[in-house]
Amino acid sequence: MLEISNLHVSIDDKPILRGLDLTVRAGEVHAIMGPNGSGKSTLAHVLAGRENYQVTAGEVFFAGRNLLELSPEERAREGIFLAFQYPVEIPGVANIYLLKAAVNALRKHRGEAELDAVDFLALVKDKLQLLGMEQSLLYRAVNQGFSGGEKKRNEILQMAVLEPKLAILDETDSGLDIDALKVVATGVNSMRSGERAIILVTHYQRLLDYIVPDYVHVLANGRIARSGGPALAMELETRGYGWIEEAASQEEARRLAGGGR
Amino acid sequence: MLTETSKLEELIGRDYPHGFVTALDTDSVPVGLNEAMIRLISSKKEEPAFMLEWRLEAYRHWLTMSEPGWSTVHHPPIDYQGISYYSAPSSRKDGPQSLADVDPELLRTYEKLGVPLQEREMLAGVAVDAVFDSISVATTFKDKLGELGIIFCSFSEAVREHPELVRQYLGSVVPYTDNFFATLNSAVFSDGSFCYIPPGVRCPMELSTYFRINARNTGQFERTLIIADRGAYVSYLEGCTAPMRDENQLHAAVVELIALEGAQIKYATVQNWYPGDKEGKGGIYNFVTKRGDCRGDNAKISWTQVETGSAITWKYPSVILRGDNAVGEFYSVALTNHYQQADTGTKMIHLGKNTRSTILSKGISAGHGQNAYRGLVQVAKSAVGARNYTQCDSLLLGDRCAAHTFPYIVVKNRTAQVEHEASTSRIGEDQLFYCQSRGIAPEDAVSMIVNGFCKDVFKELPMEFAVEAQKLLGVSLEGSIG
Repeated sequence: MLEISNLHVSIDDKPILRGLDLTVRAGEVHAIMGPNGSGKSTLAHVLAGRENYQVTAGEVFFAGRNLLELSPEERAREGIFLAFQYPVEIPGVANIYLLKAAVNALRKHRGEAELDAVDFLALVKDKLQLLGMEQSLLYRAVNQGFSGGEKKRNEILQMAVLEPKLAILDETDSGLDIDALKVVATGVNSMRSGERAIILVTHYQRLLDYIVPDYVHVLANGRIARSGGPALAMELETRGYGWIEEAASQEEARRLAGGGR
Repeated sequence: MLTETSKLEELIGRDYPHGFVTALDTDSVPVGLNEAMIRLISSKKEEPAFMLEWRLEAYRHWLTMSEPGWSTVHHPPIDYQGISYYSAPSSRKDGPQSLADVDPELLRTYEKLGVPLQEREMLAGVAVDAVFDSISVATTFKDKLGELGIIFCSFSEAVREHPELVRQYLGSVVPYTDNFFATLNSAVFSDGSFCYIPPGVRCPMELSTYFRINARNTGQFERTLIIADRGAYVSYLEGCTAPMRDENQLHAAVVELIALEGAQIKYATVQNWYPGDKEGKGGIYNFVTKRGDCRGDNAKISWTQVETGSAITWKYPSVILRGDNAVGEFYSVALTNHYQQADTGTKMIHLGKNTRSTILSKGISAGHGQNAYRGLVQVAKSAVGARNYTQCDSLLLGDRCAAHTFPYIVVKNRTAQVEHEASTSRIGEDQLFYCQSRGIAPEDAVSMIVNGFCKDVFKELPMEFAVEAQKLLGVSLEGSIG
């Protein structure tokens, strides 16, 4: 579904990702972990199409299409969803209005008729229940005055309604208490299916207690330094990231010394 | 930052869609202003002597005045001797009695603009007093309104048919000495609308007037006078659009509202005059004086305006809260794009006891637009228990526009409560990206965010006007992405 090869990304000419490779197949859940500044969030935003990130080398293919050629809204319409670490507030725009505009933009792209208000509300109410959210939240301005937990749940609500092929969750667990984390995890787990892939970007192993990934990758120095199963996350929990960073630096030094070996 | 600015510029770089000029024979007088010209205007309009005298007094006073220089707007000097002060479609000579007598070219223009002048307005329940250039060419629903004793006609007609009402109320809210542009208007006003609602009558339909500037080099000087007698109610809609042209056109209207005891007047405007091109060339100068007087106890006046057009907007719809318990409201959306300038706001003058006023101003600046809110809340010694609530919000698109807020508050009674809230925000790259990442095209996202920002004002507009206003904002801001 997603093929990333040798991806190099800079922000303001400062290299952040330096030759990242990753393959994600339908039905899989991948966790991307790593210390602060390792490029986790950059990866999430580049996949969603954020503008001021310069892709200097590499390729990204999504469902056979060159993702890097698509605008952010085209990517969304093709089935990519990014749950933001810091969801943006949009004063005056009702949450339900944004959601409906998004659903209908996607439906239009698929050649489907737009949903009317009644059908749409029925669809949303189902998902609200699943996430234990109040209906009143739909009529408040997008993320305005939402608590941290409400913002994150709102992201998951959007994901549940939009039903993406590839969902990328950027530090969705940060700032959540354990109860909110469980609710979010329930929402995400309910979305797991053979046709859908999920990428969890997270700093802590805690989230992975509730959403068990198929693969865990550790980012260091802008590359995937180590990959493994859920056990790798447990190891990180006890040992920290230092040993992987160190190993990654040593490997890079060897590579440079070896002169293209 | 740079990418964001250029992207927003693409989004808001839309051309003015109402740009066309209708070929019509116009009956214009030569350019220039002097006493002879004022006598000519008055005689062409067959006015009674008191009217001519009033015009002349205004003119003589105007000669002693100079243009105000205190606002934030800038423009090259206006040559007041280079303006033609009277213009009317020539078909007027024959006096069109019905639509069949009206120049078909004119009707087609209205059709292009979507003005419901024919059967449609009956279904919509709107009576239209259409002003084309300086003269009213068609008035509908007059008979129906007449049955209720409501007078709704062109200003010229009111001067001829109801001189006693005009004489009693004209200049009683905006005296001819008021300000440079209002004084000029008083001297040379061409036409406009007149409305009188008798005591206890609730006007059963929204009254509306469409203005359109079409003759070259013709300043427009409308005069509108609305009187709601004791316990009466009227809702009045004013909407404007003008064809594309290169020269600057001066527009100095005066609107006077009088609400007697227990009366209510709602006045809504959607203004979409030609704003000039992307370089700021051309466009209308809109220097308007609008003021309402809550002359009796428990009277209420509401101004709602959506200002998206004109190169320069200079207007402060105000309310004098004279009667006890009187209520004044001002709801405004002002949008400036490209090189447009707006200096707008309101004055709430509290004189009566327990008078209340609400001000809600939403300014949107894009491109190189300059947007200023200028407001005065004045509470006199006599205004025991007066209350005001003011909220001024500014929204910026891109990084080359500007928003200014000049709130003046003068309180002379210690029982008064005055609140002022203000905010400035911008449509950020973050908000756009967030919407895009949900599949929403950026121009739809901008439109959605701006409409969300204006929602509190739009809900004060009559339903059909609110829809029009939303579309107008969309048109003024959206553009195809390059």
